[in-house]
Amino acid sequence: MREAISPEAAAALIPDGASVMFGGFMGVGTPERLIEALIARGVRDLTLICNDTASPSCGVGKLIETGCVARVKASHIGANPTTQKKMIAGEIEVELIPQGTLAERIRAGGCGLGGVLTPTGVGTVVEDGKQVIEVDGKRFLLEKPLRADFALLRAHEADYHGNLTYRLTAANFNPVMAFAADCVIAEPDEIVPVGVIPPDAVRTPGVLVRHLVRRPQ
Amino acid sequence: MMDAKEIIARRVALELRDRTLVNLGIGLPTLVASYVPEGVSVAFQSENGIIGFGAPPPEGMEDPHLTDAGGGFISALPGAMSFDSATSFALIRGGHLDMTVLGGLQVDASGRLANWMVPGKLVPGMGGAMDLVVGAKRVIVAMQHAAKGQSKIVESLTLPPTAARRVSLVVTELAVIEPTDEGLALRERAPGVSVAEIIANTAAPLLASYDVPEMAIAPKGGA
Repeated sequence: MREAISPEAAAALIPDGASVMFGGFMGVGTPERLIEALIARGVRDLTLICNDTASPSCGVGKLIETGCVARVKASHIGANPTTQKKMIAGEIEVELIPQGTLAERIRAGGCGLGGVLTPTGVGTVVEDGKQVIEVDGKRFLLEKPLRADFALLRAHEADYHGNLTYRLTAANFNPVMAFAADCVIAEPDEIVPVGVIPPDAVRTPGVLVRHLVRRPQ
Repeated sequence: MMDAKEIIARRVALELRDRTLVNLGIGLPTLVASYVPEGVSVAFQSENGIIGFGAPPPEGMEDPHLTDAGGGFISALPGAMSFDSATSFALIRGGHLDMTVLGGLQVDASGRLANWMVPGKLVPGMGGAMDLVVGAKRVIVAMQHAAKGQSKIVESLTLPPTAARRVSLVVTELAVIEPTDEGLALRERAPGVSVAEIIANTAAPLLASYDVPEMAIAPKGGA
């Protein structure tokens, strides 16, 4: 059984300099209360791994705005002028990764694979410094697995075994990130008794989730 | 007089085929959804994780967990399904997507597209564009013919390419252009626009027959 902890207690587990995956797509499906608690504790030098950096007042954008972030690995930063400004000023380091490749690198990291071979990025700057492998006459890039110290997820329902469900487009990167971090913390909208979530409806097995964040009081 | 974006969206809409899966990029390509021809049933995918989305719901009825790739509110049509990002890109990269419509910064004579960054100026990132160009069965570029007086159709890309692949079709407010083995073929001209005008406004060689037909456009309103 998992005990639900406060966002503050969860944020205290995450040291400065940690690498952290955040679920979310333009702020949808992002653990907002964990983000607020990290900002309140004044965390520094985070490496963010996330699809995008949302906007300055939304989702992980707030971490960038408040100077909590040193490095970003994401597919898109276009909706957040602060990320672009800080990148150009050399205040944060940004690695841009094609969205499908980001998903697959995280999946590889969580599934024990040595990487994935993808045609995406062949013949572009994404190819720079990477091994090109030919399979049956077709060229692929070897993209290496991606893992993090923490994955902070936003779920719809959780039970006290840590089983998670998601809603509609709020799932996005959350299910794949659940496999790819040493410590997974989930922020659900609701925590329900064990047995309430039908087994077929569970999208993230509870065995992957270390901590649950209490629902808002 | 229709504006450039409307002409482009209404012409691209005629490329939609019945019972296909289509992904529209953010911006101009999104307008195509307003002109789906009658009798054509298309399932739209948004790469953040849904097939079968529809127009934004009335104000006050939005669901914060139901958005498109630009973060805007959408609705889910009957039969819609949602999924995570790895599944979404398995659909895209795995050849299950019939068509994508993307905006463009440049297309060159070999049919390559650049649409994700302007070095030193604008670095939004590629998002899903590289996967979409690599994986979709047809790639349609919907863009204005020129930006700041400069043709966006160029001899050779000066911006970083999105993929090595040749795109299927380019639709602008002046012309429909198909990249081929021989070069860029001028297939159609916009209503009231002459071939000479198109050639004069294009910074890459165009292959034109002596009789280039005027482009048809989808009716207003759609289905």
